[in-house]
Formats: sequence, C-alpha cells, structure tokens
Amino acid sequence: MSSSTKSSSVKNTKRPTRARRRKSSIVKTHSPDELIKFYKDMLKIRRFEEKAGQMYGLGLIGGFCHLYIGQEAVVTGIQAALKSQDTVITTYRDHGHMLACGMEPRGVMAELTGRAGGYSAGKGGSMHMFSAEKNFYGGHGIVGANVPLGTGIAFAHKYQKDNGVCLTYFGDGAVNQGQVYEAFNMAALWKLPVIYVIENNRYGMGTSVERASAGKELWQRGQAYEIPGEQLDGMDVCAVNNAAVTALDYVRSGGGPYILEMQTYRYRGHSMSDPAAYRSKTEVQKIRTEKDPLDSLKLILVKNGYDTESNLKDYDKEIREMINEAADFAQESPEPSPSELYTDVLSE
Amino acid sequence: MSIFVVMPTLSPTMTEGNLVKWFKSEGDDVEPGEVLAEIETDKATMEIESTDKGIIGKILVSAGTESVKVNTMLAVILEEGENLDDAELLSSSILKEQIQADTSQNTENAPNTIAESSEVRSLINEDNNDKETKKQTVREALRDAMAEEMRREKSVFLMGEEVGQYQGAYKVSQGLLDEFGDQRVIDTPITEQGFAGIGIGAALKGLVPIIEFMTFNFAMQAIDQIINSAAKTLYMSGGQMKTPIVFRGPNGAASRVAAQHSQCFASWYSHCPGLKVVAPYSGADAKGLLKTAIRDPNPIVFLENELLYGQSFDIPVSDNFTVPIGKAKVLKEGTDVTITAFSIMVERCLEASGQLQKEGISAEVIDLRTLRPLDADCIINSVKKTNRLVTVEEGWPYAGIGSEISALVMDQAFDWLDAPVLRVHGADVPMPYAANLEKLAIPQVNQIISAVKKSTYIG
Repeated sequence: MSSSTKSSSVKNTKRPTRARRRKSSIVKTHSPDELIKFYKDMLKIRRFEEKAGQMYGLGLIGGFCHLYIGQEAVVTGIQAALKSQDTVITTYRDHGHMLACGMEPRGVMAELTGRAGGYSAGKGGSMHMFSAEKNFYGGHGIVGANVPLGTGIAFAHKYQKDNGVCLTYFGDGAVNQGQVYEAFNMAALWKLPVIYVIENNRYGMGTSVERASAGKELWQRGQAYEIPGEQLDGMDVCAVNNAAVTALDYVRSGGGPYILEMQTYRYRGHSMSDPAAYRSKTEVQKIRTEKDPLDSLKLILVKNGYDTESNLKDYDKEIREMINEAADFAQESPEPSPSELYTDVLSE
Repeated sequence: MSIFVVMPTLSPTMTEGNLVKWFKSEGDDVEPGEVLAEIETDKATMEIESTDKGIIGKILVSAGTESVKVNTMLAVILEEGENLDDAELLSSSILKEQIQADTSQNTENAPNTIAESSEVRSLINEDNNDKETKKQTVREALRDAMAEEMRREKSVFLMGEEVGQYQGAYKVSQGLLDEFGDQRVIDTPITEQGFAGIGIGAALKGLVPIIEFMTFNFAMQAIDQIINSAAKTLYMSGGQMKTPIVFRGPNGAASRVAAQHSQCFASWYSHCPGLKVVAPYSGADAKGLLKTAIRDPNPIVFLENELLYGQSFDIPVSDNFTVPIGKAKVLKEGTDVTITAFSIMVERCLEASGQLQKEGISAEVIDLRTLRPLDADCIINSVKKTNRLVTVEEGWPYAGIGSEISALVMDQAFDWLDAPVLRVHGADVPMPYAANLEKLAIPQVNQIISAVKKSTYIG
C-alpha cells in the first residue's frame, strides 16, 4: 500500500534517520491478554463510530462528523504504550482518540448530540472535545493548528520536568501546512518530548496524497530538521504498539521529537456528506478484506488459541451494550441550559 | 576637504544617543573601516566607523556624553595638508545650522515624536495610589512587570524573537536572560504562527507564557492561533481548558515604516470574545496592567506602542502595584465634552484639551486602557455629564473602536447627547511612507480640537 518511491538514503553524521520499515517487524511478542485488550479497545471504537454514523443519519448529530472506522489500530497501539503523565492532542477526527484515552463513550456521544452531558457541555461538538482529567487536549478543527499546540504541550512537559511525552496526531492532509514545519523546527531545536503521529489515510478530504504532496514519503518530512522518522503499517496494532514503545523510549530519554507515519485507511468518507467520488468502492473493499485491523487480530487470536470465537462474540455484545447505553444517554441528556450561552467565554 | 562625523540615525524612531567612548584621539590617523567610537541608543550599542582616510582633527563631543541628538557633529577628520582652524570654523557654522534644523524638525516634521510636557505628565500621575514612585521609561516599566511576575511565579516565561541574547528587538526584555536563564527567556526562530501555537499549547498544560511579537504586524501570521486556539478553547471545552497567556508587543504606527509595519490591531482583537485586549498609555498603567495580564487566567492581547517605549513617567516601585483590567481612567475632568482615547493617542488628547482649555472649552479626557472588556460605565457616566463625545484612535475608522463606542452611547446614553458622536481616526488608507502623507494619515492634535469644536458647535 505504500508508494513505490525508493527512499533516498540520507547520510547524516549525527542523527541518522531511521531505516524505513515497510512491514511490521515484531520486536516484542504481545501476550494473549494484551492482544485481547487491543481487540476490545479497537472494537469499542468501531462500534462507537458505527453508532455515531447511524445517529447522524437519524439527524441526532449535527454539523460535521468525521469517523475513525478503519484507523482504530493506530490510536489503540499507541495509547497502550503511554504512561500516565503522557498527553494526547489530535485533529477533528478525534472520537477514537478520546475513547482510547479512557474518556467515557456516553460523554463523547452526548457531546456529539450537543447535550449538557457531553464533555464540553454541548458547546464543542464532534471536533472540539477535551478532558483535562485524561490528559486529552482536543479535538481541534483547524488543519495543522494542533501541531504547534502539541509541541507547546511538549514544551510544558520539559519545562515542568514531568518526564511526559505529547503524542501529536495529524493527517496526511495537514502535512503540507506551513506551521507544521515551524513546530518541527522548534521541537528539534529544543529537543522537545513530542511524537508526531502522521495518520496517513491516503486522502486529505478528497485529495489523495499523490495529488497533494510533492514528497510522498511523509515519514521523511522531518529530515530537514534531523527528526528521525519511521513508516509502518498502521493497520497492524502490534506493529504500531512496538513502534510506539521504541519511539517513546527515544523521546523520553531526551532524544527530541520523532515522527511515526502510520499507513492507514478510513473506510468512511471524510465527513458524513462525502460523495466519495475520488476513490472506488473496490479500493475500499479490498482494504477491508485484506487489511482490516480487527479482522486480522481476530484471526491471530482464534488461530493461536488465545481466545475463542464465543468469547469474542461476548465482547462484542458487551461493547454494543455499552455503546447503546451511551447512545441512550446522549439522547436523554438535556440540551444545555440557555444560560450556558454566556458561560466559559472567560475564566474568572 | 574636512569630513564630519555625526551622530547617526540607526532606527526609524531614534532621536538621540549616548557617546560611550572614543577609540581614537585627536591627532590619530584613521583608515576607512576603522572604528572611531561606540554609541548607545535605546535599542542597541553600535560602533561608528570611519568612511575615509585622514587624521582626527578635533573631537567635539567627549566620551560619556548622554542624549546627543541625531546629526550632532561628533568629530572632524582632516585630510592630508588640511588646517584644523579652517575645519573648526566650518564645523561651528555647520553645527549652528544643524541645531536650527533640529529644532524645526522636532516641532514640524516629526509628527510622531511627542515633546515631553510637564503639564501633561502632571495630569497623568496625580492619582497614583502608590505613593512611592520612580522615574522610568515605559520600556523599563514593562521589563520590570515581567521580571517581577517571573520572580513571583515559576511557570511564567517569555518567548519570542530576539527576547534573549539580543536583549529585545526594542530592548524591552533587557537583562531578563541574565536573571532567568535560557529556559525561561526563549529566543525563537522567525515563525510567529509556530511559536504562538507553542505558547498556547504550553498554557493549556498549565504554564503562563508571555509571547512577545516583535510587532503586532507580524502577529497577523499567528492570528489563527490567537483566535481559534487561544480565545475559543475555554468555551469549546465547556470550561475545562484554560489558556493563561499574554501576547504582547508594539502595535500601531511607529515612524516612517509604511503600510506593512504600521497598523493598529485594536479593533481586530477587540472583536473577539474569549480575549481581553489592553492598550495602556502611561508607564504606570503599562506596568500595572501587564502584571495583571500575566496573573489573569485568560488570553490577553497587550498592545504597546513603540513611540512610548522611551518616554518617562513616575512609576510605583512596589511589587504589589497592579492596575485592574476593564477599568478606564479619567485623566482630566471636564464639563463640555468627553474625549476617549487609548495608547499614544491619549497624549494627543491631553495636548488638545490643554489648548481647548485656553479657549474656554473644558474637555474630559478618558484613557480607555482596556478595550475589551470596555469600561462602559466610565464612558456613559462621562457622557451623561458632558453630553458630547469625541472618540480618538489611530486605527482605521471602519468597524473601529470609535464605531463601537458610538454604538454603545447610542444604546445607553442617547437621550443625554446634545451632538452627534464624532470619531477622530487614522485615514482609511494603508499607511504611506512619505513624511507629509504619514502625518496626514495619523490623527493630530488639531484634528481633535476641530472635532471638539464641531461637537460643541463652536468651530
């Protein structure tokens, strides 16, 4: 699924750019329990997003709604490698990240429906949600703008000496924004503890990487700043987790920023109103059949006898119940009080 | 022919400098490119080099002399075979011309250089609560405000272009790097959008950044971060995510730097909920308001003025001195008309009110100090007393601060008005470079006087 461009071998005397990894090289073998946790976490995101899609169709969710279906392995694999002091910031395709951070599905769903029980009390919506408690810094609607913000959070980690790392997620669409490189430069200059996770799902809205990016090897985008980068199969949760562990070690030990390009795919449109004229149904179907992160992991679990089909069905049932409960809550929760209109504009 | 070494102009706003030392003595040979003397301006320390070959004939300004006006003759270099007496004669006659030219320039051709007036100063400082004060420039007041708050709270840091090793592009951060080190006084590359965003990210995680923009003209590169990320995040997060940050730097026209470097952003930022916008005039307000801004949990746009940096005021020395955000100040009480202004225009208004007084018109001058939230009560109470209002601002008229105040008065004091509200403002054009055009583009004292007379049906 990667482009055929040969990676140029850039010789650097001080900090060599990491060799490109086309396929996952399993550094660590995950235990059955870890694998089952990955599966459940990814399934939760999948079921949540499917429900959100349904509810959008019913008119219960307004505005823009960007679903994460297909990309679950990225955030799940990375989150499992984080420590409690680490922080996360992402763009507007953020539901998966919030669930991965441990935010309650009901609070996220109630924000999607614009209710008082939502994480932002109904004032943020799908693209703007936060949880100070879970170290989740949003949910940002301006493409590329969260990259300096994440770099600033990393600055604070270093300033506060809390040994934390900021995971800054953005897509292939954001990599051409100028401020991304302003942030790269300063992160590298000041050796800030930040991991830039480029979720390359191949399309920035309807424009493919091929049509948008002159340099298609996005993991190399930090080379000018001597930021090591790595490209990997973002549909393989184990590979993602291993890469995250390696990257976190490097960054936490003071090495400065690191880039992880996750080759992934979104099954749904950019947003709910996407006519999907820019790609074929066959392309989507092919990836779903061959690369689906959940199906692949399911196969590993069952084939190796780590878990049974029947247990997996039970997990699905439990998760569906949890999501249904969240959906009920999101519809029952009242709309914010009109008096909320003028609150939270300024802090007292 | 003799060569005259003069005090050079090193920046658009430089009017004088100190002669620190001479590297040459009378009678020394000099070659082109050789350093003759070191001079110090409010912004930098520079060396003067010889452009010609010759002998130092006479040193006219001795080392250690302070406040030497631009274009003042510093020394005479003689060419081979030249007579010192001739040169001296020539230099004294040129010197005389120079002094005359200097004087006329100060009064006529330098519209942005405001002469210090003790009358005006006494009006400003009369009601400082803190008794103990010292004479300081606005530049020093801002520096002290930052230093005091950085001593008080470790999470406060300063970030921007040239704030550290260079000691501040306008010397506002002078000495801070020495005291606080490079972890808290951080030089950035020239990437406004990037470091504004980094500052906001750091603020979200609990730090208190002071982001210096070399000027607010360059902050336009960062305005998306200021509005979309800083101003809106508290609201979008349902009150969870605070952004305690100060964006500060010089705003508005400086002197002869033309369209892209001379713009007032007061109305731009004041438009946006989620921001507080402060634009002090006096040194005490600059210090007190900056300290309050740093302690405030919200994003603050703090608009300074380059031309005010070098002006001196009596400034309270207490570390506890602060000025509240959101409170305007009546600088001069009056009965016939209210004039509102902010930043450098306050001085123009005070000058205008002094002249009007002589003609029997009593103007009340309000320094708005904070533009958002605007101190509506102060303005309305004044208008209810004077029944007339003239607003003054350096920025463009369209959707400007004056327009907002005009709407406010229509809304809350319509029945008290005896004349239409009049706006004095910058010309609705990009700032021109030519000295005469620039002067026409920036509100002058006579325009304020005319507006007041029109408002009081005298003019």
